[in-house]
Amino acid sequence: MKQSKKTPIALALLTFLTVLIAPAVAGDEIEIQIATKTDLFPIPNLVFAAQGFVIFLAVLMLVLAVWSFYLTFSKNQKTPLIATVVFGIAFVASVLVWLFAGATMTLTTLLAGSLALAVPLIFGSMSGALSERVGIINIAIEGQLLAGAFTSAVVASITDSVILGIIAAMLAGVLVAALLAVFSIKYLVDQIITGVVVNVLIIGLTSFLFSTLLADNITVLNQPPRFERISIPVLGQIPIIGPVLFNQTLIVYLMYVAVIGVFLALFKTRWGLRVRSVGEYPKASDTVGIKVFRTRYISVMIGGALAGLGGSFFTLGQVGAFGKEMTNGAGYIALAALIFGRWNPIYAALAALLFGFAQNLQYAVQIVGSPLPSEFLLMLPYVLTVIAVAGLVGKVRGPAAAGKPYIKS
Amino acid sequence: MNQQKLIREIFSGNAVIPIFAVLASFIFGGILIAFANEEVQEASGYFFARPMDTITAVLNSVFGAYDALFRGSIFNYQAATPQAMIKPITETLAFATPITLAGLGLAVGFRSGLFNIGGQGQIIFGAMFAGYVGLSFEAPFLIHMPMAVLAGLIGGALWGGLVGLLKATTGANEVVVTIMFNYIALLLLTYLLKTPVFQAPNQVNPISSPVAESSRLPGILGDGFRLHFGLIIMLAMVFVVWWLLYRSSIGFQFRALGFNPNAARTAGVNIPLTYVLVMAVSGALAGLAGASQVLGADKQLTVGISATFGIDAITVALLGRNNPFGVLAAGILFGGLRSGAVLMQANQGVPVDIVLVVQSTIVLFIAAPPLVRALFRLPKPKAVQA
Repeated sequence: MKQSKKTPIALALLTFLTVLIAPAVAGDEIEIQIATKTDLFPIPNLVFAAQGFVIFLAVLMLVLAVWSFYLTFSKNQKTPLIATVVFGIAFVASVLVWLFAGATMTLTTLLAGSLALAVPLIFGSMSGALSERVGIINIAIEGQLLAGAFTSAVVASITDSVILGIIAAMLAGVLVAALLAVFSIKYLVDQIITGVVVNVLIIGLTSFLFSTLLADNITVLNQPPRFERISIPVLGQIPIIGPVLFNQTLIVYLMYVAVIGVFLALFKTRWGLRVRSVGEYPKASDTVGIKVFRTRYISVMIGGALAGLGGSFFTLGQVGAFGKEMTNGAGYIALAALIFGRWNPIYAALAALLFGFAQNLQYAVQIVGSPLPSEFLLMLPYVLTVIAVAGLVGKVRGPAAAGKPYIKS
Repeated sequence: MNQQKLIREIFSGNAVIPIFAVLASFIFGGILIAFANEEVQEASGYFFARPMDTITAVLNSVFGAYDALFRGSIFNYQAATPQAMIKPITETLAFATPITLAGLGLAVGFRSGLFNIGGQGQIIFGAMFAGYVGLSFEAPFLIHMPMAVLAGLIGGALWGGLVGLLKATTGANEVVVTIMFNYIALLLLTYLLKTPVFQAPNQVNPISSPVAESSRLPGILGDGFRLHFGLIIMLAMVFVVWWLLYRSSIGFQFRALGFNPNAARTAGVNIPLTYVLVMAVSGALAGLAGASQVLGADKQLTVGISATFGIDAITVALLGRNNPFGVLAAGILFGGLRSGAVLMQANQGVPVDIVLVVQSTIVLFIAAPPLVRALFRLPKPKAVQA
């Protein structure tokens, strides 16, 4: 079989872009601040000549691109994943140098901010994974996040407890997921239609209640307590990793658990095998005695609980109050992350991190003043997803039965 | 046929489902309105002492709201002048214009088995293209206006057609691509509105200058009304789409693709080309909606030019069962909801967001006839009973 020529061509194009960056940053220096106050040992700031650094990266990328051409055309072999990943990191680094040339880049702030923005996306993509792996297309992630955000704000405000807030958020997410599940499983309504319409319904409901009930009683209903930062001893003091990963709020730790849990549940348990078989070939699953409908309901609703939990991040984690349509399309980016991550929870979480990074870069860049308009950074997740589904980055294939209602005969 | 049997026939048919779906949604909306009403909340505090107070408050709030909805969308019997009395229905049609145009576009896609969720982005592209022609030069009206409208059509067709091209060449799922394209289009518009391409001179906000007088869609009923020539375009398009889908050979291929792609391929339909064409036609109609907004309604480009028309269009296409005339009826219904909600908010303090709730529940109910039958205890159709 002939290897696809897409990878080497894509690498060559990106290398060319990096070469273009080099003259733009001539004479500039870039300072990278790694240390934070809580580190175990002090680290000095790194200072590079921006142009030299970009040239170094470009050479590295060129070598990888040439290697990829060699493998594809002479050996008819696939480019190894590790090469693509190294290449990707080098490309991102060169873009960062371009954006931050002549300024100081605070690495931990940049990364911690990215992680924070990725939290709802990751929870959302876990909901998507659980739902689509069992054969139900989940456009309703947006609605699940929004319902979680709303409910957690209200319940946490009334009870003054973040724990009750997130439990309520999970219940709200389950309800939205149940709506999606009932209409697509029981009433055989097209799953995409149901998803889109459920989102509109939740936007309408939360906005309506926000403008009536919440607006009249802000202090009682919309002033929730916020998550407190919990620093994990020792781990939290490791440079870079510590402040970014282990000096976080409860919901971020829950997110780690969720990602690993969903991955293990889907790929290492009997239940997960059943879920995936229902998503691939429900009729065969039914024949061997798996309860297709029940498996679908349960998996979709667990997903809803996770997305609802993620929604609480908007109110209890970030803003501290509910606002109209505050999820602002995060559900769709979560869906994008799921597809970009090829329906695998770990890859999806990494994709969500990348998207969070792109969003956060926008804020970081606004401070230092950048050559690239923020709109284009914000576009990145969407463009990458289109590239992914267009198959330019490897073949992307979702669960075979996703979108098709199962009719028991 | 005796009377009972006739009634049974009527109520078990599919024709009554939309009516009951709308009814159920209004009931649901009414519950929400009453629930959020302050007087109802107050009266329910002493419900067991004086239950009638609560009931009166509920009825007042719901009827007050729906009365305002009627006066804001169809006929305002409280208005002082005859002109003001009929203004609501013209507002309804003004709202219905972009919603129906985009809805027709999505209906063409749905009919052909392509889930175009990208109405929003295609409206934006249509608006950008039309706006560009309208902003960049002056020309005689008879040349300029059609040119600007055509540009809108082309803009939408390109943005939609690109999705079709991606699907045809790489197999990319159109649902995902169109959702992503919506965001890309919005961000592109936001960016361009901050650059001299669109931003008005001496303007800090991301809005354009008004489009040239000669490029505008003229008003229909005079200055007091928002109704403009876009309505005529919209009505014409209803017939064009009907002709295209049911009378032209290309429309036959569209529907064949939607009905069974494999059979269509066997019958000699060029599937990749048809994907591109369907998405281009679908996008072109949404693009016209964008043109109608920028040249007729808003007369300038803003970030909010597409409002939520692209999303409304999905529900309109579904409610209209992807039939051009059904889409028109659904478009007018949702236009009425939009228009009436404005008065409902101003007059009764019911937020316009209730429209989203009613709209989405209508579609959910319509999509699930068994649910509506169960709710209203309607008899099952014969085929199912057997």
